[in-house]
Amino acid sequence: MKNRISALLLGTAMTLASAGLALAQDKTVKIGALSDQSGLYSDLGGPGSTLAAQMAVEDSGLLAKGWKIDVISGDHQNKPDIGSTIARQWFDVDKVDVIVDVPNSGVALAVNNVIKEKNGVYINSGAATSDLTNAQCTPNTVHWTYDTYMLAHSTGQALVKSGGDSWFFLTADYAFGAALERDTTAVITANGGKVLGSVKHPLNTSDFSSFLLQAQSSKAKIIGLANAGGDTTNSIKQAAEFGIVSGGQKLAALLLFLTDVKAIGLDTAQGLNFTETFYWDMNDKTRAFSKRFGERSKNHAMPSMVQAGVYAGLRHYFKALEALGGNPHDGVKVVEKMKSMPTEDDLFGKGEIQPNGRAIHPAYLFEVKKPSESKGPWDFYKLVATVPADQAFTPLSESKCALLKK
Amino acid sequence: MQALYAQLLVGLINGSFYALLSLGLAVIFGMLNIINFAHGALYMMGAFCAYFLLNIAGINYWWALIIAPIVVGIFGMILERTMLQWLSGLDHVYGLLLTFGIALIIQGVFQNYFGSSGLPYQIPDALRGGMNLGFMFLPVYRGWVVVFSLVICVATWFLIEKTQLGAYLRAATENPTLVRAFGINVPRMITLTYGLGVGLAALAGVLSAPINQVRPLMGADLIIVVFAVVVIGGMGSIMGSVITGFALGVIEGLTKYFYPEASNTVVFVLMVLVLLVKPTGLTGRAA
Amino acid sequence: MSALTDDTLPVTPRAMRDEMVAFALMAVLLAVVPLTGIYPFFVMQALCFALLACAFNLLVGYGGLLSFGHAMFLGTAGYVSAHALKVWALPPELGIIIGTAASFGLAIITGYVSIRRQGIYFSMITLALSQLLYFIYLQAPFTHGEDGIQGIPQGHLFGLFDLSKPTVLYYVVLAGFLGGFLLIYRTINSPFGEVLKSIRENEPRAISLGYKTDQYKLLAFILSGTLAGFAGSLKVFVAQNASLTDVHWSMSGEIVLMTLVGGLGTIFGPVVGAFIIIAMQQYLAGYGQWVTVIQGVIFVACVLTFRRGIIGELARLLRRSL
Repeated sequence: MKNRISALLLGTAMTLASAGLALAQDKTVKIGALSDQSGLYSDLGGPGSTLAAQMAVEDSGLLAKGWKIDVISGDHQNKPDIGSTIARQWFDVDKVDVIVDVPNSGVALAVNNVIKEKNGVYINSGAATSDLTNAQCTPNTVHWTYDTYMLAHSTGQALVKSGGDSWFFLTADYAFGAALERDTTAVITANGGKVLGSVKHPLNTSDFSSFLLQAQSSKAKIIGLANAGGDTTNSIKQAAEFGIVSGGQKLAALLLFLTDVKAIGLDTAQGLNFTETFYWDMNDKTRAFSKRFGERSKNHAMPSMVQAGVYAGLRHYFKALEALGGNPHDGVKVVEKMKSMPTEDDLFGKGEIQPNGRAIHPAYLFEVKKPSESKGPWDFYKLVATVPADQAFTPLSESKCALLKK
Repeated sequence: MQALYAQLLVGLINGSFYALLSLGLAVIFGMLNIINFAHGALYMMGAFCAYFLLNIAGINYWWALIIAPIVVGIFGMILERTMLQWLSGLDHVYGLLLTFGIALIIQGVFQNYFGSSGLPYQIPDALRGGMNLGFMFLPVYRGWVVVFSLVICVATWFLIEKTQLGAYLRAATENPTLVRAFGINVPRMITLTYGLGVGLAALAGVLSAPINQVRPLMGADLIIVVFAVVVIGGMGSIMGSVITGFALGVIEGLTKYFYPEASNTVVFVLMVLVLLVKPTGLTGRAA
Repeated sequence: MSALTDDTLPVTPRAMRDEMVAFALMAVLLAVVPLTGIYPFFVMQALCFALLACAFNLLVGYGGLLSFGHAMFLGTAGYVSAHALKVWALPPELGIIIGTAASFGLAIITGYVSIRRQGIYFSMITLALSQLLYFIYLQAPFTHGEDGIQGIPQGHLFGLFDLSKPTVLYYVVLAGFLGGFLLIYRTINSPFGEVLKSIRENEPRAISLGYKTDQYKLLAFILSGTLAGFAGSLKVFVAQNASLTDVHWSMSGEIVLMTLVGGLGTIFGPVVGAFIIIAMQQYLAGYGQWVTVIQGVIFVACVLTFRRGIIGELARLLRRSL
C-alpha cells in the first residue's frame, strides 16, 4: 500500500517534471509576415517576403528535428492603424512569436510599439527609417537589411570620392526623404563636396519635368534622388527624356530596388549608381538561393534585398532558438541571444547585430549595366565598390538608442 | 526669367494631360450625369494596352494611339451596357460609388498580374531627342503631346458642339423622351458617348506611357486632381474643362517653381476659391 | 433625380418602439463582447468608425449634405489628442476634450465656408478643404510626416480606469460610442432634426416657411464634425497612433462607403456598414492582393442590387424603421 502511494507520487512528480521540461523545450514557432500585399511595396516585399519566410523555415532544418513552424501573412495596406491592429491580433489571438518584413516607415514604427508591448520579436527588413535603431529602438527589434543612414553614406561617400562633389537633391516631401537628404548632405560636406540646392516634391508626383529643369540649371554634377518607388522610377525615366544624363550630369538614386530597375528597363536606367546590401548575382551561394526562389516566385522574379533580408533574418532567428534549446516565447530573451551570436548566412555574409538592434553586413555600390552588357532577364548590376560592415551603418557612438546608455 | 519660361512651357505640357482626362470626364458627366471614378483606371488600361500591343503583338506606338482607345472604349461600352445604365435617374453618389468599385476591381486585377512597380515603354524612335529652345531643352515627345492633345480637344469640342451627331447628343441629355420620339436610339447614343469619354482616357494613357511608368496605380494618383479640374471648369462643360486643364497645368508649373511642396495642393486651393466666387464653376450650369 | 433617401418612414410611436428595441439589442450585444472571446480590439476599432459613420450620416442622411472630407475631423482630433497625450502628458479625459474641441473649431470654419454650396459642389468643397488640411498636417512638424505620432500613452481615465487594460478600454470606447449614438438619435427626432429633414426634402419650401436654413445646416455640420472628431479622439486610444492615413481623402471615401453599405439615412445602417468594412480589412487580409478586387466587387454588387444598404433593405423588408 505504502509502496503504491509512493509509486503514484513518484509518477505524478515525473509527469510534472516532464511537463516542465516540455515547457522549456517548446518547439512551436509562429511567424507573421506583415507586408504591403497590394500596394506600392508589394513587389519588393509582399508575397515574395512570405515565400522567403517559408524558404527560411524549410532551409533551417528545424522541421526535421521535430519543430513545428507556421508562417502566416497579412496585408497592412500601408496604414499604420491596420498594421498595428493586425500585429496586436497576431500576438493576442494567433500567438505569433515573430513579425518579419513590414515595409513603410510609418507602419513599421507603429508595429514596433506593439511588439515591444507584447514582448515579441521584430525582424524588420522592409522599412528605411533609421529611427528603429535610434530614438525608437526596443530590446525586441532587429533591423536587418538597410536604413536611410546606410544608403546615404555608402552612395554619398563613393560618389564624392570619385569626383561628384556638387549635388542637387530631388527630395520626396516626406520624413524619410528629408532623412535621406540630411544624412547624404552631411556625408557630402564631410568629404569636401557641396550641395547647390534641393527641391521638395509631393509624394506620388507623376511629372518631374519642372523639378528636373531646376536640377539641370543648377549645374550640379550629381542629382541625388531622395525618394522611392514610383517617384524614383518616374524621375529617372524623365531625366533621360530631358537629356540630363547625356548632358553630363549624373543621377544617384539613394533608394532603388531590383524591381525598380526591372520596371524602368536597362535602356533608361543604365549608368545609375546606388547602394544595396544584397544582389542575387553576387556569388554561387546567392545564385543558388535566388534560383530556388525564382522557381517559386510570381513571374519568376529574383529576390529583392528586402526579401533576402527576411530570409536571412529568420535563419539567424532560428539559430538563436536552436541554441536556446526551444522557444521561450520571450522576445527580449531571443533577441538578446540573436545579438550575442555573430551572423553568417549565404546571402549577406558575415556580420553581427549591434546592441541597438542594427544588423550590420557589407553594403555594395552598384551601377546599372548597359543593355549590351546584360546577359539575362535579371542581369542588371555591376559591382563598383564594397563598403565593409563596420563602416556601412551608423557608428554606435552616434546612435541615439536608449539601450546603449545602460 | 528664362527659368520661368521653361516652367510655363512644362506646365502647358502637363496641362494637356489634365485637359484630355477632364475632357473625357466632362463628356461623360454632361451626357450621362455620371461622375466616372473609373476614369483613372481606364487611363491606366490605355497605357497597358499600348504596352501589350508593342510587346506581344509587335504593334508600334502610332497604331496604339488608334487601337488602344478603341479597345478600351469597347470595354467601357460593355461596362455601360451591363452596369452603369441601371443607374440613370439616381443620385450622383451611386454612379460615383459604382465606378469607384469598378476602378478597385480593374486596378486590383492588373496589380495581381503585373505587380506594382510597372513596366517600361520606350519613346518611339521618330519622337526621340530634343531641341534647344534657348531657354530650355525641350524633348520632342513633349512637344508632340501638347500639339496632339490640342488637336484632339478641339476635335471633340467640334464633334459635340458643331455636328449633327453632337446636336442629337445634347438634345438627348436635355430631354431623352422627346428625342426618342423623333426615332433616335437614345440608349445607344449614351453608350457610344461613354465609349468616347473612356476612349479619351485611354488615349491620354497611351500618350503618357513613354513618359511615366506603366503602373496599375498610375491613374489612381491622378483622378482626384482631374476631378478638381472638372469642378473648377464647371461640371459638364467641355470648353471649361479643356481650358481649366491647360490653365491648371500652368499654375501647377509655377507652384512647382515657387513653392514645390504645395504643387499637389494648389488645385484644391483654386477649387475652394472658385467655388466661393462662382458656385457652379467657371462655366458651369447648376447641378 | 431621386433623393438619396426617398423612403424613410414617418416617425410613429411604433417606429420609436422598434428603434428602442433595436438599440437595446445592440447595446446588450456589444456589452457582452468581451465575454465571448471575440477579439476586442477589432470591435473597438469598428466602434470608432461606427460613430464616425453615424456622425457622417447625420449630415448626409438627414441633412442631405454629402461631405467628401469628413476624414479631416477624424484626423484633426486624432492628431491633437495624440499630441496632448504624448507631448503635453495630459490625462485621457483632457486629451479627448481638446481633440474634440479642435474638431469643433474646425467644423465651424469649414462649415461656414461650405454649407453655402449644394449637391456635388458641397462635396467637392469639403474634399478640397480636407486636402488643404492634409497638406498642413504633412508640413507641420508636430505630426512627424508619414511616421505619424507613435506610442501614445493610454493613461488612466479620471485617474481611475486603466485604459491599457483591453477590457476597461473596451467599455470606455463602448460608452463613448453609445453616448454619441444616442445624441445623434435624439437630434434626429428633435424639432431640429425635423427641420433638417424638411430642408433635405425641399429647401425653398423650408425657407418660405421662415426657417433660416443656412443656420440649420451649419449647426448640423458642426455637430457632425464634432462627433466625428470625438470618434477620432477615441480611436487614438485604440490604435495608439495618429497618422496621415486618417486625413487622406481615401479615408473620407471609406466613410461614405461604410454608410452606403449599411444604409444611408437609416439609424443603424452606418454601424453595420462600419463593422462590415472594418471586418473586410481585417479578415480578408489573408487573401493578399485580391482584397481590393473583393472590395470592389462588393461595392458594385451593393449599388446594383441593394442600393438602400443592408439595414435600409432590411427595414423595407420588415416594414420597420431601423
